[in-house]
Amino acid sequence: MAKKSYRQAINEALAQEMRRDPTVIVMGEDNAGGLGSPGEDDAWGGVLGVTKGLMPEFGRERVLDTPITESAFIGAAAGAAATGLRPVAELMFVDFMGVCFDQIFNQAGKFRYMFGGKAVTPLVVRTMYGAGFRAASQHSQCLYPIFTHTPGLKVVLPSSPYEAKGLLIQAIRDDDPVIFFEHKVMYDDEEEVPDEPYTIPFGEANLTREGDDVTIVALGRMVGMANQVADTLEKDGISCTVIDPRTTSPLDSDTILECAEETGRVVVVDEASPRCNMATDISALIAENCFGALKAPIKMVTPPHTPVPFAPELEDLYIPNPEKIEAAVRAVATYER
Amino acid sequence: MGEAGGAIQAITMPKWGLAMDEGKVVAWHLEEGQAVAAGDEVVEIETTKITNVFESPVAGTLRRRVAAEGKTVPVGALLAVVAEAAVAEAEIEAFVADFQAKFEVAAAAEAEAAPEPEVVEAGGRRLRILRSGDGEGPPIVLLHGFGGDLNNWLFNQPMLSESHEVIALDLPGHGGSGKDVGAGDMAMLTAALGDLLDALGLERVHLVGHSMGGALALAFALKRPRAAASLTLIAPGGLGPEINMDYIQGFVGAGRRKEMKGVLELLVADPALIGRDMVDEVLKYKRLDGVEAALGTLAGALFPGGRQQTFGAAHLAALKTPAQAVWGRKDRILPPAHAEALPPGVAVHLLDDVGHMPHMEAAAEVNRLIAGMAAG
Repeated sequence: MAKKSYRQAINEALAQEMRRDPTVIVMGEDNAGGLGSPGEDDAWGGVLGVTKGLMPEFGRERVLDTPITESAFIGAAAGAAATGLRPVAELMFVDFMGVCFDQIFNQAGKFRYMFGGKAVTPLVVRTMYGAGFRAASQHSQCLYPIFTHTPGLKVVLPSSPYEAKGLLIQAIRDDDPVIFFEHKVMYDDEEEVPDEPYTIPFGEANLTREGDDVTIVALGRMVGMANQVADTLEKDGISCTVIDPRTTSPLDSDTILECAEETGRVVVVDEASPRCNMATDISALIAENCFGALKAPIKMVTPPHTPVPFAPELEDLYIPNPEKIEAAVRAVATYER
Repeated sequence: MGEAGGAIQAITMPKWGLAMDEGKVVAWHLEEGQAVAAGDEVVEIETTKITNVFESPVAGTLRRRVAAEGKTVPVGALLAVVAEAAVAEAEIEAFVADFQAKFEVAAAAEAEAAPEPEVVEAGGRRLRILRSGDGEGPPIVLLHGFGGDLNNWLFNQPMLSESHEVIALDLPGHGGSGKDVGAGDMAMLTAALGDLLDALGLERVHLVGHSMGGALALAFALKRPRAAASLTLIAPGGLGPEINMDYIQGFVGAGRRKEMKGVLELLVADPALIGRDMVDEVLKYKRLDGVEAALGTLAGALFPGGRQQTFGAAHLAALKTPAQAVWGRKDRILPPAHAEALPPGVAVHLLDDVGHMPHMEAAAEVNRLIAGMAAG
């Protein structure tokens, strides 16, 4: 086992599944790069190099560079999935969902239901999300709540390289459409990742810390920050459980409710815009099901309800950070009626 | 930058494109002492994506080229210092020193001398092993139990390595070894161990086996007596039919942390020994492709119908290898009474307040016993 980056972990998952199953294909804008330019083959590997090396191994038959037309190639991927392939389509930035959402939510997401269970749609849409990359408001959003809202889609938010590899292999082997969110700030994060293929089941939250005082539910990139806060506060005598739900659809509500009952104090950390996001959804779940166990109001740590700012100082203020999470946990931990 | 009246200014590694985090200085276009205007080409920089010429954002005299040609530095690192010619050298020096101190990146920790596992091809199988230590006489080989791996010996291997060469391995279907277990029976395990020792060129070894690995050590010594210098059998399998199938089935079936923690707690007398990391490691192992099938096959062949396959008394009586057994009195997986099946002459050490994992629960005592046996 070696240390691998989030980028390498995703690349390895794709390569291993493509070796295992000839129906797995990859498609997107410059997923290889250099199409039509001799000598420039595989120059890109996607805009941040995640799919680099796949085309030389598997050829352009299985690694398709598409036009900059998300509506067309996401639609093509949905059709390919419905007719026997296992496409992994790359929607470069999830912010571009606006031009291909019909293909995802009203087509791919509905096939199984519309055809009475006779159709399967093993489609994976890999997409980048998240702020902190100085990429401004049109390339920085966390739009997973919109996909989570849509029945028929599975939504995955890997929080580390190990998680990314196992969840992506699971996504590729899954028979339903999966939207796989990659946080662009995390691509160079490293940790130990097994060389062998492995799967992490959907709908099973991971407890990255276990404690008695406060439950922190955090998503995607926020998990690492929540862990950091939990480690800091442990030294101050506040012990926290940190829940990484891994998938927002299906959501492991059992684990969330169990931990909320145990601690009675909850903070939810979500990088998505604050209205109708995962923090509101999870808070409602807890309030509805274990109101009696709560010892303090649930606190949500989210950005403000604005587009992601381009000014670096403002972007830094916008994103939830360990200081804000720590303040919320301290407030919840010390709350008395 | 440049707090001394704004006279000293830094030129730093730019960030070109979303993914750039470092750049390489290919060539300087200006010499120290030359005047520079904003927009002048100062330095050629290469990134993994592109090579480009960087234009000065500031004006003055190029006083220092800090980054040498050919050097790769992170985004934001100091490349050059621009100041008016009147600024004293000492002030430039101080500016550079101050900048570097603030920008200092912690030096990478010295590479640790800890041994790294390696993968050996033997008899058509891929087996992961961890070698450590050095010493006179046959090496000590550590054989883990069902569902375990070479990390189970973390409290033993470092100590034993002080006086012996020690090799811990992942048995087929386990840890980082190949997940093909064939028929999953003791013949397969014995063949795998023999092939590994042959591949490593080891003619004679001290075998230390735990549980299923203990049964393997016994089977191997009976089959190849000359290759086994001694046996230390820790709660060994194969001596009686009873086995706690709640553990076996729970281990094979558990997918969630909580379930797995409960299962692993059966292994030890004090459940507090089972930490989150151990549970995590087991879950990570069980998620690997092929593990579920491998464990199922092994369990089916070794514990058919929930009963252990056992060595016959006549078979055991043929054991010529010096041997000892260690068993926890609180073992909840295999009853210590199974030790009675061992031939006379095999010393049995029963440990109080210890469960199925004496090598972890009473490591110092077990290390002492292993070292004593290996010393002859």
